[in-house]
Amino acid sequence: MDEHRESVRGIAQRGIEAYLNDQARQDLLRFITCGSVDDGKSTLIGRLLYEAKCLFEDQVNALHSDSIRFGTQAGEIDFALLVDGLSAEREQGITIDVAYRFFKTDKRSFIVADTPGHEQYTRNMATGASTADAAVLLIDARQGVLPQTRRHAYIVSLLGVESVIVVINKMDLVDYKQTVFNQICVALEEVWSGLELPSPLVIPVSALRGDGVVTLSSLLPWYDGQTLLSALESAPRKQRTLEHPFRMFVQWVNRPHLDFRGVSGTINSGKVSVGDEISVLPSGQRAKVSELITMDASLSSAQSDQALTIVFDREIDASRGDMICSASAPAEVADHFSAHIVWMSEAQGLCGRSYLFKLGALTVSASLTEIKYSVDVETYKDQPCAALELNDIARIHIKLDQSIPFESYRDCESLGSFILIDKRTFSTLAAGMIQHPLRRATNIYRHDHSIKRQSRQQLNGHRGVVLWFTGLSGSGKSTLADHVERILHAQGVRTYLLDGDNVRHGLNRDLGFTPSDRVENIRRIAEVAKLMVDAGLVVLTAFISPYRDDRAQARNLFANGEFQEIYVSTPLAIAEARDPKGLYKKARAGLIPNFTGIGSPYEPPYAPEFTIDTSEGTPEDSAEFIFETLANVLKLGSEG
Amino acid sequence: MELSATQMTHLDRLEAESIHIFREVMAEALNPVMLYSIGKDSSVMLHVARKAFYPSSIPFPLLHVDTRWKFQEMYRFREQVSKDYGVEIKVHINPEGIEKNINPFDHGSAMHTDIMKTEGLKQALDLYQFDIAFGGARRDEEKSRAKERIFSFRNQEHRWSPKAQRPELWSLYNGLKRPGESIRVFPLSNWTEQDIWLYIYREQLPIVPLYLAAERPVVERDGLLIMCDDDRIPLLSQEEPQMKMVRFRTLGCYPLTGAVESQCQSLEEVILELLTATTSERQGRAIDNDHPASMERKKQEGYF
Repeated sequence: MDEHRESVRGIAQRGIEAYLNDQARQDLLRFITCGSVDDGKSTLIGRLLYEAKCLFEDQVNALHSDSIRFGTQAGEIDFALLVDGLSAEREQGITIDVAYRFFKTDKRSFIVADTPGHEQYTRNMATGASTADAAVLLIDARQGVLPQTRRHAYIVSLLGVESVIVVINKMDLVDYKQTVFNQICVALEEVWSGLELPSPLVIPVSALRGDGVVTLSSLLPWYDGQTLLSALESAPRKQRTLEHPFRMFVQWVNRPHLDFRGVSGTINSGKVSVGDEISVLPSGQRAKVSELITMDASLSSAQSDQALTIVFDREIDASRGDMICSASAPAEVADHFSAHIVWMSEAQGLCGRSYLFKLGALTVSASLTEIKYSVDVETYKDQPCAALELNDIARIHIKLDQSIPFESYRDCESLGSFILIDKRTFSTLAAGMIQHPLRRATNIYRHDHSIKRQSRQQLNGHRGVVLWFTGLSGSGKSTLADHVERILHAQGVRTYLLDGDNVRHGLNRDLGFTPSDRVENIRRIAEVAKLMVDAGLVVLTAFISPYRDDRAQARNLFANGEFQEIYVSTPLAIAEARDPKGLYKKARAGLIPNFTGIGSPYEPPYAPEFTIDTSEGTPEDSAEFIFETLANVLKLGSEG
Repeated sequence: MELSATQMTHLDRLEAESIHIFREVMAEALNPVMLYSIGKDSSVMLHVARKAFYPSSIPFPLLHVDTRWKFQEMYRFREQVSKDYGVEIKVHINPEGIEKNINPFDHGSAMHTDIMKTEGLKQALDLYQFDIAFGGARRDEEKSRAKERIFSFRNQEHRWSPKAQRPELWSLYNGLKRPGESIRVFPLSNWTEQDIWLYIYREQLPIVPLYLAAERPVVERDGLLIMCDDDRIPLLSQEEPQMKMVRFRTLGCYPLTGAVESQCQSLEEVILELLTATTSERQGRAIDNDHPASMERKKQEGYF
């Protein structure tokens, strides 16, 4: 104990103040522990806290009573119960989420992220690793290197945690044999050869008995390396970004009164000093730093990880999400990236679907343009991947709706890491790490043509809009669209009807009916409709378009009023009874998988411009109603 | 003061993380509030919030969900803080609790806590339509806290669902929510009790004097030393309040908060005692001991 906690007498001799100042000056190491269900990970953490005297009497007492109630050690103290937090989990006997633990020695403060080893929970491990400086990876001495070990090492490497300590646990169950330890070390070298990670430190331990955790054990006479605790006390913090040029995202504009305007944020990388020339991205405005403010003092310089407020020598326009950079070495800006992604949601990740993308203080719209491959985290081999499932790790291409300043994850974690958020439920779907920008789009310059849409609309005498019909197969979309087009045509309106016949057989003939192909199908139709609207036409589209997200994405391509959603709400029973192409019959017979309404869901719109049930009233009447309501929308000058 | 990042101490890092969290919320919330409980964690939270927005003043109000059973010194301290820092502290007491005179003696700690704290908090959040509430809870306090996110989602009934938590990576917080949903944000999640005290010492923060030892009238009940803070405490026939040198490691409703015997009359001595302590701070609280998973259940019901 004395090695790790100074005695009261020692403190009294040195003086309380000196002691407290030492305590307050300690640095912080965050680490993650990873292991499989039976590796004894929770036992190891419990043992570490117990041996380092970081547990209080009441916690030990509660542990004793819990051990009798829930323990798996026949009434003996069960350290695992200390770390397994939620009651539901305690009953199941497994840890199912990330739990954070805290302890300190005289050398360092520690935050431990305890993450489960169960294979369902790659997501949790990535979460724990994202903030970790170091990783402690457990191996059961009896089992040696398992597929799970390879998975843990891969995730740790993916998240850029370079300092890895491998603990060979349960040495007591292999009679503390050095040969067992050596064999595992050889197997570890093979694992590490497939990763971009420095070699790990390997330590033999028995967490249950305490050997090698805090003190070296006489039962392991052949091992004279570090104990786990001393290894943690000397592990390097994650390589931070001091040497990188200065970058800081503006988090919040600080404007207490008219005479003060500063930008608040936490420095993402590098150093900044008063007098430095900076530029603001994306505007490119330049200024000099005139003050670096904290409540404690005005600083002459500051470095990455410090939170402060910067004042400039002249008025500049900077708001949340802008980046302040060194003027001599500004950050790169791009809108299309290659990235690694960890999919964390039950909802599939699909190419073409639109998500919110959050990086630093920026939130923009984004979609996956390509899933290059997913990684088998046990063999480290690439495999083809059509859609991202929970716990998939993949390399993807992602396109944003605007250019943003960034760094690769390897160069600067806080400027290269992002999350994807569902636009409707707002749940966090995925975490990603930027590898490098893709240049393709930057070489396509928009040419400013002299004949504009305005002129084309003038010539036509009406506005270009899209009438987006959506509904079940057999609901009457095509019939209704046909009637509306006839009325419009008779009125001299220039129209075009897009439907399965003219799109599925040509432009989209490479697409099938899987969820990801359906997303891409609708994306292309929306883009074609957009071009036609730009050409000044009234475009009618008649596709099932079953997913709300995809219709919302189509709508986003158009200005206010330009996208008229017409929900053909005919009930399934009636549509099925009509069954004009015999498709329902086939679907019911199991011949058509993914058939909307049978094997695949239809998500009705929340707020369509029109709702038409074709089982009530004639198509002529419905079409007339739509036309009358649309008359105002089509008028020139109604763009609002 | 010159700080370089290579010398950032663990307190500097914790402070910087908390400042980042405050600013993230402020940039994205509609109507945030800070839940202020007058205790030491609230003192630290308030101080870090001031740092986050300086030279602007704190851009949100404070809310104290009162039970009418706090220590008198806490009420005095609350008024002093409001005056010294020029912050607005809204106070909410569950009117139903007043009407029925809910108290820990007649109704027990569980019902008192449920009606006055859990229900009171939900009422106040609904009343003022606060969408984000900062709280001073820390992950080292209790096992179910250890798994809670920094941004903790509550549904329309203010309930917490431990299995439906959003993954939280790096320092990227997803603060988006649908109408009626709210978020509890815990900027001090990664601080420990020791960190709180070391920070109070480093920053020389004012705290309620009850944290320091003084002669106080106490009675011993169920193993807890309960202070007779006013004459509402019904004394049993054989009970006689005794003057003892005591202090409190945690503050709450006085009938539910146990004192510890201590000679520590200065902050330095308190910290020293804490660093060599053998029991954790929540031991002085009656509510956690009801049931093995009592805190987790309370949180699912909407308790902080």
